[in-house]
Amino acid sequence: MDTTQIKDTPPPTPQPTVAEQKRAARGATRPGDRVFLGLSRGSGILLLVIMAAIAGFLTYRASIAISKDEANFFTAFEWNTQLVPPKFGIAVLVFGTVVSSIIAMAIAVPIAVAIALFLTHYAPRKLRGPIAYVIDLLAAVPSIVYGLWGALILVPHMNGLYGWLDDYLGWTGIFSWQGGAPRSMLTVGILLAIMILPIITNVSREVFRQVPQMHEEAALALGATRWEVIRMAVIPFGRSGVISASMLGLGRALGETMAVATVLSPTFDIQASLLDPGGGTFAQNIASKFGEASELGRDALIASGLVLFVITLLVNGAARMIIARRKEYSGANA
Amino acid sequence: MSNAVITDKGPSTLRGASLPKWSPYAIAAGSVALGLGISAAAGLSSSIQWALIAGLLFVLGTYVIAARVEGRRQAKDRVATALVWVAFLLAVVPLVSLVWSTISRGVKVLDFYFLTHSMGLVADSEPGGGIYHAILGSLEQVALATVIAAPIGVLTAIYLVEYGRGKLAKAVTFFVDVMTGIPSIVAGLFILSIMLMFDMQPFGFAGSLALAILMMPVVVRSTEEMLKLVPNELREASLALGVPKWRTILKVVLPTSLGGITTGIMLAIARIAGETAPVLLLVWGNSLINANPFEGAQQSLPLYIYQQYANSAGAGAAYDRAWAASLTLIAFVMILNLVARGIARWKAPKTGR
Repeated sequence: MDTTQIKDTPPPTPQPTVAEQKRAARGATRPGDRVFLGLSRGSGILLLVIMAAIAGFLTYRASIAISKDEANFFTAFEWNTQLVPPKFGIAVLVFGTVVSSIIAMAIAVPIAVAIALFLTHYAPRKLRGPIAYVIDLLAAVPSIVYGLWGALILVPHMNGLYGWLDDYLGWTGIFSWQGGAPRSMLTVGILLAIMILPIITNVSREVFRQVPQMHEEAALALGATRWEVIRMAVIPFGRSGVISASMLGLGRALGETMAVATVLSPTFDIQASLLDPGGGTFAQNIASKFGEASELGRDALIASGLVLFVITLLVNGAARMIIARRKEYSGANA
Repeated sequence: MSNAVITDKGPSTLRGASLPKWSPYAIAAGSVALGLGISAAAGLSSSIQWALIAGLLFVLGTYVIAARVEGRRQAKDRVATALVWVAFLLAVVPLVSLVWSTISRGVKVLDFYFLTHSMGLVADSEPGGGIYHAILGSLEQVALATVIAAPIGVLTAIYLVEYGRGKLAKAVTFFVDVMTGIPSIVAGLFILSIMLMFDMQPFGFAGSLALAILMMPVVVRSTEEMLKLVPNELREASLALGVPKWRTILKVVLPTSLGGITTGIMLAIARIAGETAPVLLLVWGNSLINANPFEGAQQSLPLYIYQQYANSAGAGAAYDRAWAASLTLIAFVMILNLVARGIARWKAPKTGR
């Protein structure tokens, strides 16, 4: 393995210095070359400009809204943009977004890792290709369809489970149920888990596939069972990849709009129990309040969108940093 | 050989005792039967519950039986196998249910009339009407978004692969990665904040702009991967003949990777065709046919599904239309996906690897 790698790599060349690079770029003196370089570099710069513009415009509109806000934007438990003076805050949205994402991650990550292991190590060889293909296709199902399915099929099916949780775990407080329709954070979390499952599975599978065959064979030769091979060779190798895959999934869960908007019956307060309907998430709040929002109302929603933007930026940036350490795989086209 | 007699633990055989090959199936069947039995006895109606009970019984049963016969390490291995299978089945159930319910409920009202009529004279609670206006709006918005995003995305990828060195390229790479994670509603809010500034009313092209923002990074990433697959020898051969770099890229690199680039763009189209949130903010929705994406509210397929669901107050006719529209949308996305993958396989660059 190592010898082939050595053969493949070109002989070491001295790194071009900055001056050399500039000379090389200037060397493109043909007009066609200059135009083409300008065009392609221009579109790269355009992408950066768009990112900057997103941050800039959102911050500008948000600052208008926050300057008119009579309550504390980060801690207030209400959303009344029509009041004089207007009072609104994102505390409820932060709570709802974080809770629904945590539930989604708690369910999706173990199952996705298990499916990735299934596809790389357990499934009958003939089945691996088709199953991976189906999971690829499922990643392409639009979120609104998941939302419709969640609201009309999943919600009625949750009644039994909710009653059960209330009977046996109701004493914990977070699983108590007053009998409302199960359009609550737990159902939202489960639906989000189903939605982000394909992404996490795809990226984890790519990672597990790259575990050096030698490591696995060495473990097997020492008499390890299949599970011991996975624990000793596969998981340690794939850990950082699984973490970044999970964070990509988390990014999706945080920003998911339509599935939450269709399933959740929102209220602007915090429910102690995951089973009682209520609460809200950033994206859901924007989608459902937007219709009847005044100009200030829209600016307030933009302000909450800015917070969501910053959160997803941090999560995705962190995920990419972890991925960048291992260049070979990247989840961008998963 | 593997069917060693279970009671035979004598040291004379070299192999330890092991369960027969059919044992996992037997345990699975037993636990499903037990799960069904328990739920029937306790009067549990939900299928989620008995499935969970059966899954739990399967894992526990596997451990207990394997630990007694084969020993601790083998038992752990069998439990891991059982868990992985259970996880797989757990994940398959909702996904199958999703596909099945969309198809079975969608075909109810999906016919030629449904595809060729709008909701102009039909109240949301009544049966009838169709999705012609939504299909038209979706196609226009997605086409405009593609016209904007595809060239920019491909050019950016060319820059990153063929020219990119230094800080600018690194920054572009990083922000393209970050951009893939922008929630669609944030892209919508961005365009909205511009529209608020100029006091504009919702129109189709605004939605296209937001969709283009979502599409660009996807196109960049997939095109980049494809360009990297083009063997360097091709570039060198062309340059050695004195062909300028830009013509090398246009005439050698791009044609070689055209199949892959097309695939990437089609997958990106499939992704944005299902986006609802930005369209909800920017295009607003319309029950009439509006073929002009530059003026007035339009409809789009995903938005139509949402509005049929949300505005119908539980009317069966609206739900039927929502399912039928979902089926249409899924069919559109899936066909795009399948064709894209077909092109990828057909036109895959021969890298010699």
